[in-house]
Amino acid sequence: MRQIAFYGKGGIGKSTTSQNTLAALAEMGQKILIVGCDPKSDSTRLILHAKAQNTILSLAAAAGSVEDLELEDVLRVGYKGIKCVESGGPEPGVGCAGRGVITAINFLEENGAYEGIDYVSYDVLGDVVCGGFAMPIRENKAQEIYIVMSGEMMAMYAANNISKGILKYANSGGVRLGGLVCNERQTDKELDLAEALAKKLGTQLIYFVPRDNVVQHAELRRMTVIEYAPDSKQADHYRALAQKIHENGGKGVIPTPITMDELEDMLMEHGIIEPVDESIVGKTAAELATTA
Amino acid sequence: MSLTAEEMKAKNRETIDEVLKVYPEKTAKKRAKHLSVYEDGKPDCAVKSNVKSIPGVMTIRGCAYAGSKGVVWGPIKDMVHLSHGPVGCGQYSWAARRNYYVGTTGVDTFVTMQFTSDFQEKDIVFGGDKKLARIVDEIQELFPLNKGVSIQSECPIGLIGDDIEAVAKAKGKEHGKTIVPVRCEGFRGVSQSLGHHIANDSIRDWVFDKAATQKQAFKSTPYDVAIIGDYNIGGDAWSSRILLEEMGLRVIAQWSGDGTLAELEATPKAKLNALHCYRSMNYISRYMEEKYGIPWVEYNFFGPTKIAASLREIAGRFDDKIKEGAERVIAKYQPMADEVVAKFRPRLAGKTVMLYVGGLRPRHVIGAYEDLGMEVVGTGYEFGHNDDYQRTTHDVRDGTLIYDDVTAYELEKFVEKLRPDLVGSGIKEKYVFQKMGVPFRQMHSWDYSGPYHGYDGFAVFARDMDMAINAPVWSLAKAPWK
Repeated sequence: MRQIAFYGKGGIGKSTTSQNTLAALAEMGQKILIVGCDPKSDSTRLILHAKAQNTILSLAAAAGSVEDLELEDVLRVGYKGIKCVESGGPEPGVGCAGRGVITAINFLEENGAYEGIDYVSYDVLGDVVCGGFAMPIRENKAQEIYIVMSGEMMAMYAANNISKGILKYANSGGVRLGGLVCNERQTDKELDLAEALAKKLGTQLIYFVPRDNVVQHAELRRMTVIEYAPDSKQADHYRALAQKIHENGGKGVIPTPITMDELEDMLMEHGIIEPVDESIVGKTAAELATTA
Repeated sequence: MSLTAEEMKAKNRETIDEVLKVYPEKTAKKRAKHLSVYEDGKPDCAVKSNVKSIPGVMTIRGCAYAGSKGVVWGPIKDMVHLSHGPVGCGQYSWAARRNYYVGTTGVDTFVTMQFTSDFQEKDIVFGGDKKLARIVDEIQELFPLNKGVSIQSECPIGLIGDDIEAVAKAKGKEHGKTIVPVRCEGFRGVSQSLGHHIANDSIRDWVFDKAATQKQAFKSTPYDVAIIGDYNIGGDAWSSRILLEEMGLRVIAQWSGDGTLAELEATPKAKLNALHCYRSMNYISRYMEEKYGIPWVEYNFFGPTKIAASLREIAGRFDDKIKEGAERVIAKYQPMADEVVAKFRPRLAGKTVMLYVGGLRPRHVIGAYEDLGMEVVGTGYEFGHNDDYQRTTHDVRDGTLIYDDVTAYELEKFVEKLRPDLVGSGIKEKYVFQKMGVPFRQMHSWDYSGPYHGYDGFAVFARDMDMAINAPVWSLAKAPWK
């Protein structure tokens, strides 16, 4: 069994990318379990054609505690037999979503959710904001992390941060960075930047997923492109990504995250941001007008 | 003692050096700053205090929750004090600290009961505010005579960021009661000391402000005083209160032993705040001085010498009627105190004592021991600050060994070296020293005895110390190989 995880900045298209990729893996005959680790609970909707499935934590709260739940209460089966669970979590601004992820993953392990599965995939929210969201990269969890990113600065910043999280646990738990997946946003020099960042992090750009409206059309129908338009070019891209991930088993690396300064330097090299003129930092418009 | 002060200082310094030897270099360097020998004429005890304990040692300190729930708020008898969080903190602080009170427990008073929100995993994940609101409702239903609720935050509340203030506001309005959120999460600060401060501030923000907006039927007299920082352990505040009342003062509030919410609310009307435990309640005393112009005076009701001095000090803040009252009280009780001294001094004179306690006792009880002819040769605070060690200089003798936030190992070694006739500390220390063959009294709980405050308390104190030191059991404790 391989355990992989998709991380990345919020809104980058993690859930879409992961579900399409996993659907392609299912096409290849792999038995798959998706573990959604995002309080938004949208990691499985394209597989299940559902708005949001009942989450482990909401069911546990209703039943009293997580010990009162059975696996079949929380596990649903979707496209090509893909098994789906969502950890769920509190509404924004209350409680501790990180603890929720830990609770949910422990529950799945204790109840044998991983038996007879070829791939477990964790879909984890945004940045690694606290220890709870690092759960899937800790001991005996995901072996390879795939970071979904784009050519936008904040997406790259998040990718670097996630690499720091991986580095922290790499030696104790054996987690590795599988590679970057660039989800095209059509920003300037996006491919170059993604490749440059991958190189800095000591990893590879495993795939560059081009932007295509068919993804949105499929999403509106709560379907993956693989299922909605299996003959489309985009479906083939996801299949190619799935194939690469399948062949990437055991080839992950310990990332070499960079400092914020290095990241900015890299963006400057590619002409994405202007070099900062230190003499104008902290000066108001009025002050600048008098010095000019 | 046959040693001169200089000899004792040299010996104590040698002892400190020896005790520090077992530590790694860095630890020894840090701990050295907390151990000292008092020199006459110095402004403080030359120890560093109120800093983080060193990982790896056994410290005797508590946490901020202990300081708020256990010390300041817990004794307020007509309020329910909710241990908000997982069950352990509430379980282990159940029944308070022997803060005696009058009332019908479970009906109009609640001190020895334990209320907890018993957090489960789902409360951590989804937040506990709804549960808290429901608990406050249930408390109103089950215990309608409660005057209010204090919410004592345990660690997880701060970690998950529950908005207990919003719940307190909403439910306070709904039920027309005082509901006080207290952010005394145990991880805050270095000891229980910060918990005292946080609890003081919560009274300022959630009791005084509310009380100021209410019409009160309170009628002032020129002789209104509040007892601040007496937790009525074994009845201490009662044996103190009667002395103030006998000299003509009116005690309008006890903070917080046998105290009520109404007393807290009335305190801004006092003419004088009499402060016993400086460490735990100086904050609110200073605030009342600043805000309402109420002066405060520190006093010490342990042992007849300090009691008489304190009664005169308090009376000095009032007119001649009260001053005469103080003299009358002293004249009335002094013969009784003399009898106690006459009976016990011959049995206790020359005996040495080492103390390690909390807020005020490391200095306040020294006078009582001295009244019995005993000598305190070592003392220290769990959570004192520098101003405590400054105040201690008035009470300790030249050459006294001083130990701040002492570790279990250090205290054991110090007792081994100094061989006092009595050790006064807490339950965790009691059996260690008794097994060493050293008589011991718990000086937090009065070893289930008390009161020790006031003239009545002194009689009990003297009897208890005699009982500990001169118990025949010590003659039976012989090494089997001898």
